[in-house]
Amino acid sequence: MDIGVLFLQSFGLISNWDSNLSEIVFLSLQVTVTAVVLACLLGLPIGAMVGTFRFFGRSGLILGMNVLMGLPPVIVGLVVYLLLSASGPMGVLGLLYTPFAMIIAQTVLVTPIIAALSRQVIEDLWMEYAEQFASLGVSRRARIFALLWDARFSLLTVVLAGFGRAVAEVGAVMIVGGNINHVTRVMTTAIALETSRGQLELALALGLVLLIVSLVVNIVVMAFRGTIVRGAYA
Amino acid sequence: MARFVFRSLLQRAVLVAFFASNAVSAGDVILMQSTTSVQNSGLFDYLLPLFQDETGIEVRVVAVGTGQALRNAVRGDADLLFVHSKEAEEDFVARGFGLARYEVMYNDFIIVGPSSDPAKIGGLSDVTEALRKISDQREIFVSRGDDSGTHRVEMTLWGSTDIRPERASGAWYRETGSGMGATLNIAIGMGAYVLTDRASWIAFGSKRDHIPLVEGDPRLMNQYSVIAVNPLKHAHVNVHGARQFIDWILSGAGQRAIAAYTMDGRQLFVPNARPD
Amino acid sequence: MTRSNDRRRSYSAELIESGITPPLLSARNLCFEMQGQPLLQSVNLSVRAGRRTIVIGPNGAGKSLLLRLLHGLIPMTTGDIYWKGQRFSRDAQSAQAMVFQRPVLLRRSVLANLKFALKVCGFVGPERARRVQDALRISGLMDVANRPARVLSGGEQQRLAIARALVCAPELLLLDEPTANLDPAATSYIETLIDMASGRGITVVMVTHDQGQARRLADDLVFLQDGRVEGTGVASDLFANPRSEAMKAWLDGRLHVRREEM
Repeated sequence: MDIGVLFLQSFGLISNWDSNLSEIVFLSLQVTVTAVVLACLLGLPIGAMVGTFRFFGRSGLILGMNVLMGLPPVIVGLVVYLLLSASGPMGVLGLLYTPFAMIIAQTVLVTPIIAALSRQVIEDLWMEYAEQFASLGVSRRARIFALLWDARFSLLTVVLAGFGRAVAEVGAVMIVGGNINHVTRVMTTAIALETSRGQLELALALGLVLLIVSLVVNIVVMAFRGTIVRGAYA
Repeated sequence: MARFVFRSLLQRAVLVAFFASNAVSAGDVILMQSTTSVQNSGLFDYLLPLFQDETGIEVRVVAVGTGQALRNAVRGDADLLFVHSKEAEEDFVARGFGLARYEVMYNDFIIVGPSSDPAKIGGLSDVTEALRKISDQREIFVSRGDDSGTHRVEMTLWGSTDIRPERASGAWYRETGSGMGATLNIAIGMGAYVLTDRASWIAFGSKRDHIPLVEGDPRLMNQYSVIAVNPLKHAHVNVHGARQFIDWILSGAGQRAIAAYTMDGRQLFVPNARPD
Repeated sequence: MTRSNDRRRSYSAELIESGITPPLLSARNLCFEMQGQPLLQSVNLSVRAGRRTIVIGPNGAGKSLLLRLLHGLIPMTTGDIYWKGQRFSRDAQSAQAMVFQRPVLLRRSVLANLKFALKVCGFVGPERARRVQDALRISGLMDVANRPARVLSGGEQQRLAIARALVCAPELLLLDEPTANLDPAATSYIETLIDMASGRGITVVMVTHDQGQARRLADDLVFLQDGRVEGTGVASDLFANPRSEAMKAWLDGRLHVRREEM
């Protein structure tokens, strides 16, 4: 089939798709943004600490973090499913097939990316700052905050990498979310569903929407970046 | 300034998490494990709003292969099953995981293939003969290979021939390990033969030059049933909601709704609940 | 003002009473080896309070290394460092400030760089604001206070680094070739700043390989070559009468070849 024709048809389809597109887009963003924020709260301090402190087992930890960046989403989905399943250790919480389950899965997926990439960024900056900070007598705590703040531009790119992975991911959210209409259906699972229905033009159109959503998020982050640049010099 | 922006973003995240919790705690809800074939047919999108209007119960559908649906239910991750693999269903009930099995509706399986039909199976009413011809000609046959209801039916059909298609796996016999839609996509892309339920086929949007070639063999009947998960195995299941759904789908109203569901003017499922 | 200033005054009073100038900082038999290579050997030196001690010598003599050891950034292999007669400690390090050859500035504004240092040494509120203003004034950076530090010129960056080192009122200022990468005008500004610091009673130890700068700034001189002290004393005496052949050769501008390469 001609790709150009397919694209044109896609735009036509998306404008009169009966399912609630805005609901799906909004849920995608809710889940992914929450997961990325959680992953940052976990991953950035881990990255900063591993990047600046010397301790036993450090290289092993770095290797582990780098390997975990390549975690297959389906495996994460399966493990989170087994944890949250009614028969699993966290079954009583009743989180399976809810947006929370998807947030947990994506947090697990994204945290190693944030931690591993920020570790490298922070460590490079620390190489430059180490002697000056020792001379000033900066405490370990203050060091972590200062490095995270001073590396903020590079770290925003790290966060966007994490966002990209989470928002495009389908395997894990499909398993733990169940792709339930109006509850856990997000962009990627909707695309998978339409593909399996043979509605290829619609699937492609949803893919384009996902791309546009990603574009908008990147623009917002860049605007936010402009804000903190001004804030830094105020 | 920057700190303020960061803080408000954090508050936003907390709000997002809060809103997400609303989705969890909405009124009376039942969780149904079903199959990709019914989901892809669009039947649920038609049926479930009718049921919700009448009872106020929201049905959440997780569509997977029948095998996985049964395994998820064994773990307690379902209130209700809507599946199509009689033997496995009866086993599920016999092991005490399900309360009782009720037949709801049926349609049929068909073998579709390219209209050029290189194995010359078009018009055959004996499905085993058709399979034998495909295997003899080494024409590509695409299998679900995912322990779904459709896959189990296919394996039963091969079992009634003397052919062991797994031995040709990767050669003329291709196992996708995927749902019905993905498997149809692959089969059509390869110009291959494939066994599918009729509803998935009618609802499938990208048929190109593939057409139904074999249909009408009584062994190709595709029976769907519902089973409520046994609360004695999993105390948290919403057995009351599940019973209400079963009562409704077996009732005149439910059965009529199934019969009324059409696509492109064709009825996809035939209701066949036995009146009690 | 602050307690540390009171302490310094009484310390100076002691000196006047005793009639001698005991060293603020001294090194005894300082050795540093890296992978079996001796980089500093039996270094003995004294830094007298209130004076400007300049460490000179050819490239590779171990001058920067010596400065880092004196500041406690790198542990010595053997030997002792004393601060006011006591063994070197963390408190001694916090009473010192160091400026590096290439200024290490935070990726923030000039103002934020100064505030950061003041926050680390515990100054808040109006006292912090006063010290920031003072630092901006002496370094001539008032007009660029809100600019990102790292877009300043090389001279401005080094002035900021020195101003930042001075905001917490250290007793000793260590400078590692602060003007090595600067043009004469920028160098002159830095030297004025160092002059001003010592005018405030801050002891200065500075490493340089620039003889002219050493002659302009030095009260006391340490000549270092191949990791050894090859001459130390009052600068005017030593320049007039170098105690070793090595120092004489270097002052004459003769090329130096490391001993082990001969």
